[in-house]
Amino acid sequence: MLLEDKDRIFRNIYGFHDAGLKGARSRGSWDGTKLLIDQGHDWIINEVKSSGLRGRGGAGFPTGLKWSFMPKNDVRPSYLVINADESEPGSCKDREIMRNDPHLLIEGALIASFAMRAHVSYIYVRGEFIREREALQRAIDEAYEAKLIGKNNIHGWDFDFYVHHGAGAYICGEETALLESLEGKKGQPRLKPPFPANVGLYGAPTTVNNVESIAVVPDILRRGAAWFASLGLPNNTGTKLFQISGHVERPCVVEEEMGIPVRQLIEAHCGGVRGGWDNLLAIIPGGSSMPMIPAAQCQDLTMDFDSLVKLKSGLGTAAIIVMDKSTDVIKAIRRIAYFYKHESCGQCTPCREGTGWMWRVLERMEKGQAEKREIDLLFDVSKQVEGHTICALGDAAAWPVQGLLRNFRHVIEERIDQYQVAHRDAAE
Amino acid sequence: MAVRRLHPEQPPSFAFTSENLAWVQETVAKYPPGKQASAVIPVLWRAQEQNDSWLSEPAIRVTADLLGMAYIRVYEIATFYTMFQLAPVGLKAHIQVCGTTPCMLRGSEELIAVCKTHIAPHAHERSADGNFSWEEVECLGSCANAPMVQIFKDTYEDLTPTSFEKLIEGFASGKPPKPGSQTGRQVSAPAGKPSTLTDPSLYDGSTVGAWRKRFEQMANQPSPIVPPPAAAPAAPAPPPPAAPPAAAPAKPAVHPAALAAMANAGLIKELQDRGGDKPLSPDQMSAIKARMAATGPMAATAGSDRPETLSAPRGGKADDLKLIWGIGPKLEKGLNRIGFYHFDQIAGLSAAQLQWVESQLDDKFGSAERDKWVEQAAKLATGWQPKSQAGDRPNVDGPNPGEPVAGGPKPGKG
Repeated sequence: MLLEDKDRIFRNIYGFHDAGLKGARSRGSWDGTKLLIDQGHDWIINEVKSSGLRGRGGAGFPTGLKWSFMPKNDVRPSYLVINADESEPGSCKDREIMRNDPHLLIEGALIASFAMRAHVSYIYVRGEFIREREALQRAIDEAYEAKLIGKNNIHGWDFDFYVHHGAGAYICGEETALLESLEGKKGQPRLKPPFPANVGLYGAPTTVNNVESIAVVPDILRRGAAWFASLGLPNNTGTKLFQISGHVERPCVVEEEMGIPVRQLIEAHCGGVRGGWDNLLAIIPGGSSMPMIPAAQCQDLTMDFDSLVKLKSGLGTAAIIVMDKSTDVIKAIRRIAYFYKHESCGQCTPCREGTGWMWRVLERMEKGQAEKREIDLLFDVSKQVEGHTICALGDAAAWPVQGLLRNFRHVIEERIDQYQVAHRDAAE
Repeated sequence: MAVRRLHPEQPPSFAFTSENLAWVQETVAKYPPGKQASAVIPVLWRAQEQNDSWLSEPAIRVTADLLGMAYIRVYEIATFYTMFQLAPVGLKAHIQVCGTTPCMLRGSEELIAVCKTHIAPHAHERSADGNFSWEEVECLGSCANAPMVQIFKDTYEDLTPTSFEKLIEGFASGKPPKPGSQTGRQVSAPAGKPSTLTDPSLYDGSTVGAWRKRFEQMANQPSPIVPPPAAAPAAPAPPPPAAPPAAAPAKPAVHPAALAAMANAGLIKELQDRGGDKPLSPDQMSAIKARMAATGPMAATAGSDRPETLSAPRGGKADDLKLIWGIGPKLEKGLNRIGFYHFDQIAGLSAAQLQWVESQLDDKFGSAERDKWVEQAAKLATGWQPKSQAGDRPNVDGPNPGEPVAGGPKPGKG
């Protein structure tokens, strides 16, 4: 069963309709926001908790629980920081929210800020999304104009919402690197603890949430936690924006229920895998940092946090990269390894050195210019990078390589054999 | 990491236009007093836009002076963030080709080949007339529209080598095509017939206000949430209490917070049966709790997740909880304070209960689940002893997307 239109939260995700305030209101945004706010801080947090909403930025941490970590009586101001530094290869959902449905996000930001007693929120938009941040700024200006946000607004909770932007660093999607960048420094992650809820932006309590996590909040509160929890699977509730790229007939972004079988998702919305389902080689289920899953395991695979973790992968941002049998899988992962080499912030040695090292070995393996013992060596080095860095970029760089070695070791071995045969012949 | 240095040839000076200076003032005002350094990326970006899309050394100094920052700090920013172009770029177009895997799978290498033949053989090199330059960049976040390029502010998506050549010609002749998908599809909607969002009732305004009924009911009854799909009671129901008094807005006899918690746990039926005016007896409460723990998807996530605790250690002697890796003296004290003294108590916790326990502790590291306290405690409860007084670090295999690995002792290999 596919998600019905009436249960969709993002009703203008493709921008077929007016993205402005008038259009947003006709689709139900800003309708009785005051009534929701009047229910109180704790009611909102409890409702989000019981909806089972898990963060949509990749880690899947329960959103309501995260909010409840914010101190209640603190002399310092509290901040909500929204992470729109969407840079995980495969992910392209927050972009559509910002340019086509920005009022969902602005209303969500007001409600979330109220819930955690923050009067100021910053949204950190990745630098390349220039048109997107212009669209978002237009919507924010409309909201100020209509007194929906700002000082002395009609909702009785002073709230300022500022657009900030980065300049092309993937690492700033990591929450503490994002805060560093927002403070005007290089985006190098901070050690945790202290967690941002205690010491965040400008040393004050801060919650960092993904765009999608915030944008779904108004709908959850209006329709009720039970509605949201009734969608999806236990512990993996609600709807989710899936992004399907790569070798499918019609790549797209689409909102579906959590836990939808990947085959159904691809066939219902993307016109199927190029050349038919049997032509599938593997998928990367959650953005480039998640280990790939070979076709044999995709048959009954459901797209949710828990089932993917069982396969030693993860839902991440629900960005599915589909690869058919024409794909050179070593090359695909080599390019991802290069990405992480390029994006390592250089702070921790295992990541700074390890990402480049893994990329160079994969460059050779792609051509077959390697020895078979190096396959185990590469796996071992990836394990030395994983878990030995301040932030998760080291893990993110190691997992795709491990996924390749776990599932396609035979391809690497064949490539090495071919190279050796070819060069032995050439030498003779 | 990429090594990035300033261009060897620099202009003698840089000055913001008065318009841009006013804009800088506005931008700085977004941040709290004294935190003007926050504006450094937007201000540098504005400088780059003003300077033919590349950032010169004098512009870095001007920005530093404006924001009261040391030159080196701004220099760091300019070299760290790769969108700052440190050398002159094509005047008509600097083409950034996304080359990361999702675009590569759909043909970005062919686009790069076009760049090499039509513009310049190497990235960051200008074409002979100085009008064009190109580079391969990392994921630009338009993966469902791959392959794609970005030129200044706009993206051009769903390209083929042919449409890409046309795009370059368009910029050369001063008539670039419309940004966005070059196949004519709407943003990232699937090409062809839409597969979703076809229900006209989403757009005729009928969704507005439809949700309010729930809140009107809430205002009359103290039940903030509609019950989840009912699950069969696993324990005998408490005796039905007296009928609720009609419409009169009865003052709830239980604390409102308790009511909310019960509602969250799905105890709506009980609340309604009671009419909201009589406190439940402790027996009734525990019967309901037991039932909820056994049924319903909500049971695991809220309300009923408060585990049994002890007021004092059994036999007056507590276990050394510090033997659990991740628990130090401070956390142990906290656990004792909320009534946990023994390994078996922790071993018996459900995921939700563990969350409750963490929420009660002063130091919220969020590490209980990651460090597998429950598993560790179960092992320790059998009498097994770890090698170290700090406990043995549990194996964390494969991706653990929950949280990045925290600090602390991390035994290396060998």
